[in-house]
Amino acid sequence: MKRFAALYAMIDQTTKTTRKVDALAEYFRTAPEDDRLWTMALFSGRRPRRAITTTRLREWAADRAGIPLWLFEESYPIVGDLAETIALVLPAPKADHADSLTDWITRLRALDDADDTARKSAVLDAWDRMEATERLVFNKLLTGGFRVGVSRKLMTRALAQATGRDEADLAHRLMGDWTPDTTTYRDLIEAPDAAAEASRPYPFCLAHGLDGAAPDSLGPNGDWYAEWKWDGIRGQVIVRAGEVFVWSRGEELMTDRFPEFAGLAGMLPDGTVLDGEILPFDGENPLPFNALQKRLGRKTVPARLLREAPVILLAYDLLEERGEDLRARALSERRARLDRLLNATPPDSPIRPSPLVAHDTWEDLARLRATSRDRRAEGLMLKRRDSAYHAGRKKGDWWKWKLDPLTMDAVMIYAQQGHGRRANLFTDFTFAVWDGNDLVPFTKAYSGLTDAEFRQITAWVRKNTLQRFGPVRQVRPEHVFEIAFEGIAPSPRHKSGVALRFPRMKRWRHDKPVQEAGTLADLKEMLAQYG
Amino acid sequence: MVLEFKPQGIYCPAGDFFIDPWSPVDRALITHGHADHARPGHARYLATQSAAPVMRHRLGDIRLDTVAYGETRRIGGASVSFHPAGHVPGSAQIRVEVAGEVWVVSGDYKTTPDRLCEPFEPVRCHGFVTECTFGLPVFDWAPEAEVAADMNRWWAGNAAEGRVSLLGAYALGKAQRVLSLLDPSIGPILTHGAVENTNAILRDQGFALPATIPVTPDTDPRAHPGALVLAPPGALGSAWARRFGPASTGFASGWMRLRGVRRRRAADRGFVISDHADWAGLNTAIAETGAENIYVTHGYTEIFARWLNDQGYTAQIVPTEFTGESLDEAETT
Repeated sequence: MKRFAALYAMIDQTTKTTRKVDALAEYFRTAPEDDRLWTMALFSGRRPRRAITTTRLREWAADRAGIPLWLFEESYPIVGDLAETIALVLPAPKADHADSLTDWITRLRALDDADDTARKSAVLDAWDRMEATERLVFNKLLTGGFRVGVSRKLMTRALAQATGRDEADLAHRLMGDWTPDTTTYRDLIEAPDAAAEASRPYPFCLAHGLDGAAPDSLGPNGDWYAEWKWDGIRGQVIVRAGEVFVWSRGEELMTDRFPEFAGLAGMLPDGTVLDGEILPFDGENPLPFNALQKRLGRKTVPARLLREAPVILLAYDLLEERGEDLRARALSERRARLDRLLNATPPDSPIRPSPLVAHDTWEDLARLRATSRDRRAEGLMLKRRDSAYHAGRKKGDWWKWKLDPLTMDAVMIYAQQGHGRRANLFTDFTFAVWDGNDLVPFTKAYSGLTDAEFRQITAWVRKNTLQRFGPVRQVRPEHVFEIAFEGIAPSPRHKSGVALRFPRMKRWRHDKPVQEAGTLADLKEMLAQYG
Repeated sequence: MVLEFKPQGIYCPAGDFFIDPWSPVDRALITHGHADHARPGHARYLATQSAAPVMRHRLGDIRLDTVAYGETRRIGGASVSFHPAGHVPGSAQIRVEVAGEVWVVSGDYKTTPDRLCEPFEPVRCHGFVTECTFGLPVFDWAPEAEVAADMNRWWAGNAAEGRVSLLGAYALGKAQRVLSLLDPSIGPILTHGAVENTNAILRDQGFALPATIPVTPDTDPRAHPGALVLAPPGALGSAWARRFGPASTGFASGWMRLRGVRRRRAADRGFVISDHADWAGLNTAIAETGAENIYVTHGYTEIFARWLNDQGYTAQIVPTEFTGESLDEAETT
């Protein structure tokens, strides 16, 4: 545990990537194998199940610190992180320990079956024997949420540095739904790829955003494929060993959520991996994204929703055919193979090729892009015809050329402090539009301002609070912000009757008086046009 | 009432004077030279002898009378004396006695001793006006020697790897305290002009500070390998700081106790050094005054007043324009 806490401190104490990678690589060279495996699991979002509620943790921490619970609760939003708040209020440790990360995690998981008294004594005992950073790390294990500023890519690079193995190979090995219970460090990193391989997706190839009206800088338009940029869920559909696996871009195995794909094992040959967009579809056209959203929160999908919002995969890439990895081949070849493969599937198959958008000039394409919203697309994707399928975000071959977002000028009416890095800054705001003389809230937004602007608005909020509702402050309606969003849908749950997709603050309209902000009628009009 | 809280600041009717007022008055008693306490425009000032040079430097040609610590002055119907607050060199708590009733205005204070300022002295009183900049149980300062060792290790590590150490600390008080903790055998110490101005004043007063090299437009960073550069927080990340190349950055502030604040500043290291009392320090100081009535000024006033009331004091919040070691300042300057 001390070694892991030291690693955490090193990573936390530098803003420089190379130093983080060096610290991780050193850890992967020297830590016990079990600890390495757990570290890889934790840094890739595979944390142990939460055995103890945060309510209990708060009570026990206040108790140990000798402070009333209300005082702990008041301190938490100021620190902005529960694990850290607990670590900060606890008195100095009374004893020491020499247990490893794996030892502590094992002990923690055993608490799943323990009663409250046993849990409390185990947690207090841990706190009593750990110094500050260990406590913070331990509390993070207890509360979940292990964000440390190490991306999976960084971790993979460090692992490559430590083991001398190929980074792409390691990235592939780290994909999938392994946990430290189902594998060992040797099996995961060193053993020849075995049965577990069947379900394993490839690292997704990601695109960069393209600004501006026409992408002349990309060279001749004939070198490029254009596709619609769909507003669905990016996914890989895998058929291997007679089974179907559906993965999200966030590496979540979603097979059960989409029973539509269950029959694919009989329609596609073994050893097929497709990349595409999972979309609700009415047989002819995509449905709005919020039709899909209703299905997402559920483990099993009721028959009614399956009827109302059936999904298909609009496939745009073929990564593996009959077990052969095609990623290094040109997109033009992969695309031809994809079309051939899908032509051979029955007409009622839940997979269709995402159509290529024909174009003679960039100007053609710019005109077509302007019609994206009518097709329920967010814009266009541009992919170089001869490009390989890269692992991750490599600049130059794939671009997303999105439509400009919808915008609305809105009045800030509520503000709330952020968490973590943004604790003590007001970063979470509610915005309203006019309905006659009333301001009707219609969206929240958290991002889009610079740090300097957040500091400026924070100072203003402190001086212009009208009323407090717990952590939320009602502020003087004085500032107008341009809110940008990707889509708008009807929502009976919201007072305004609309729900926005990806709302964010585009600009602080210092120039705009509150009276000139948008109205509910403007929103309704947008809803009629694009909803 | 010995003291009243007026729009201009804390007022003593018996002596017709204000303590640290924020708008111009006839007679101002000043606890210490920080800008939120010693403001320009008063007709007459009274402060400690050791606070005077910094005040003159900041406020120019003011009509300033000085007293020694512990010396009693009669002003109208009030007896007034200044007692060390342990905040910055020259800082004082001001004791005011009227007809046997004693109130103390703490200004800003720190209860643990450091190597520079006159150590905090508890003063018995009936009414105590206290700051509570760090009035939450999450603020617990490590012993100064530990932080000093940590800071010197960081500096030595950077020096060994050929990197400059760029350390941000408030120019008046904090920077000099940091200087007193640095081990000059590690390498040269370079200073920003704002820091050096205060250094010069304190050296004149006889405070022992290690040798420093002021940074000028002609300073060649390569001529000072392994240097530590001490600058106000605002200078870090500015064009001024870029001349030192790929430096490791650190900040010295009580706010560095919170990871979120440190990460927002994108500093490599945060050293938890404050000129204010931590949670335990505030509670001890208040207990040692023996006061029943506590007036809470800048900081987490609502939370701290509620806590004190829970503990059996009669605590109330006093509106203030003091900012202390404010978070906004830690953020923006």
